[in-house]
Amino acid sequence: MLSAILTITILALLFGLLLGYAAMKFHIEGDPVADQIDSLLPQTQCGQCGHPGCRPYAEAIAAGEDEINKCAPGGEETIIALADLLGRDPIPMDESIEERPPSVARIKENECIGCTLCIQACPVDAILGAAKQMHTVIESECTGCELCLPPCPVECIVMEPIHATYESWSWPYPITAHRNVAQAQEAS
Amino acid sequence: MKLHSFHGGLHLPEHKSESTGAPIRTAAIPDRIILPLKQHIGAPAHLLVKPGDRVLKGQMLAAPAGRISAPIHAPTSGTVVEISEQQVPHPSGLSAPCIIIEPDGREEWTALPPPMTNWKELDAETLIERVRDCGIVGLGGATFPSSVKLEHRGQAIDTLIINGAECEPFITCDDMLMREQAGRIIEGISILKHILDINRCFIGIENNKPEAIEAMRNAAKNAGLQNTTIVPIPTLYPSGGEKQLIEILTGKQVPSHGIPANIGIVCHNVGTAHAIAEAVLEGKPLISRVVTVTGAGVNSPCNLRALIGTPIKSLVKAAGGANGQSTRLVYGGPMMGFSLRSNELPLTKGGNCLLLPSEEESPIPPRMTACIRCGKCAEVCPARLLPQQLYWYARAKDFDKVQDYHIHDCIECGCCSHVCPSHIPLVQFYRFAKTELWKKEQEKRKADHARTRHEARVARLERLAAERKAKLRQKKEALEKPARGKGKAAGGDDAKKAAIEAAMKRVAAKKAAAKEQQPEKGADN
Repeated sequence: MLSAILTITILALLFGLLLGYAAMKFHIEGDPVADQIDSLLPQTQCGQCGHPGCRPYAEAIAAGEDEINKCAPGGEETIIALADLLGRDPIPMDESIEERPPSVARIKENECIGCTLCIQACPVDAILGAAKQMHTVIESECTGCELCLPPCPVECIVMEPIHATYESWSWPYPITAHRNVAQAQEAS
Repeated sequence: MKLHSFHGGLHLPEHKSESTGAPIRTAAIPDRIILPLKQHIGAPAHLLVKPGDRVLKGQMLAAPAGRISAPIHAPTSGTVVEISEQQVPHPSGLSAPCIIIEPDGREEWTALPPPMTNWKELDAETLIERVRDCGIVGLGGATFPSSVKLEHRGQAIDTLIINGAECEPFITCDDMLMREQAGRIIEGISILKHILDINRCFIGIENNKPEAIEAMRNAAKNAGLQNTTIVPIPTLYPSGGEKQLIEILTGKQVPSHGIPANIGIVCHNVGTAHAIAEAVLEGKPLISRVVTVTGAGVNSPCNLRALIGTPIKSLVKAAGGANGQSTRLVYGGPMMGFSLRSNELPLTKGGNCLLLPSEEESPIPPRMTACIRCGKCAEVCPARLLPQQLYWYARAKDFDKVQDYHIHDCIECGCCSHVCPSHIPLVQFYRFAKTELWKKEQEKRKADHARTRHEARVARLERLAAERKAKLRQKKEALEKPARGKGKAAGGDDAKKAAIEAAMKRVAAKKAAAKEQQPEKGADN
């Protein structure tokens, strides 16, 4: 009887120590779920979801404080990817959020007064310029978040849809295309 | 020599004899030449001319931008009239930047680089440089810059394979080139062997081209080319696919996601070998190519040596004009080509065939029905893929699974669609999945880039804020120090005390003066 109690106690102690050691040794900094969510977000940092950037939104989702349907630039695909990751059901896009076509900001350079307000607003440092000098958007770095529009005192920034090139073009989903051909044939 | 075989494949009606009746003719210089800045795989060429410039034949108009890129040369002398977005031959039908030249008909050559007739004494770098400067790309249709394929980059290459298979129906431009220019092709092959510093070379030609095989054999004998075997291979589509030809000739398979160089092989098309010979021996850049214009829709199907940039309608005219039997204009062959939306589009470096098929030659597929799991597609797939599985997953847009089934090994040969009894456009599904995957990867890369930039910005702002705080604290400390250090007063403190007392006295005097409202006020100040 005594030996049994002793054995169990020693075993319990041993495993307790092992678990305690493992918890310290394999401790993970930060929130891995938030990291995974963050990696699915488009990183436009636009704040349309109501959070000041993609990372805070990812953290809010991970903490269960916000829904997964607030990312406008990500669209439906992001909702589905997030639902997959979190094991939830996909839900339609939040009604208060409007989806916009992918675009980049352009500064009308002859109207720019060089106030640097847009530079301070840009989350990815995609605007180049200095005080009282003309500013310009580095197109390849712009995420199209539109955060530079409101601070501009002379409203010289416009959003331009991204020009489709044949390199960025992708083949259409065949079913509709094919059915159309078939229907056209039937109609004629 | 023992031949191997690849999995699957199809025997298709050849339709080759239509266009092999007459020798290659030179197409007339058109009224307008349209040169897209990107006619190759890689970065678009970097523009060197502006509208209004007079250009000479063979002059470089756009320089390569980066390692994987190719220059564009003027196909004839004339004036650059416009540089603008024009529709280019591409399945999307979208536009891309193009140089438009109005030829003056004088055919004035620019000063070409000197011929390298002593190429045997030159090193590989010099010759590769020449191939690059002459804008030579794979003329079989893939248009990968040839010079890049010739750089060793640490891979041990032991075999050169020359692709003269030309397996797709209707296309005969390589066949005709081999018949007529075998000597030049063999010279090109010798140069390629010299650049790669290898001995073993196979030239694979489908056995439905006996004249070409004969011509190549004679030319090789005349040139005294050693260790080069001209191998007639069975006619079976798609034996001209790079990976398939390598398997037929060597029995080796190119690894998934790999290139032939991984197994010590470099593969070039006969047309490319011809262009390389012209570049090295004459200094001529790639400004023209042989193109097959065929199908029941043209009056006299033939092969034309046409300037790059010639509008399609001029080519059709040169082939006797269209007779109305065809409603379509296919760029490339019937299996892998795509329909063009206009006949104003230019011929590009990769354009090997222009097909105007009749309804009979290329029927519009009937409406697709459900897959019946017959498995015919898997039987004919030359890449040993499982087309059914790929179809289900591509249709369901399950892109992870599509990758698990090796979609990137699909060569889009169209065998599966061709045999499908349910008329499912399988290749279109794979193309859709491939481009979607590519787009996703692109988006991911962009997002990662934006994340790094955003994080860098946040870190910088935090650092600046911390620095500002530290400065403020320092200032504060500097101000507070004297008050705290009062006990151990030094000489400096006495001086300060005196100064403060003096100031207080001055204020008192001022107040007194103000009370008395005396004119001494000014003196006080």
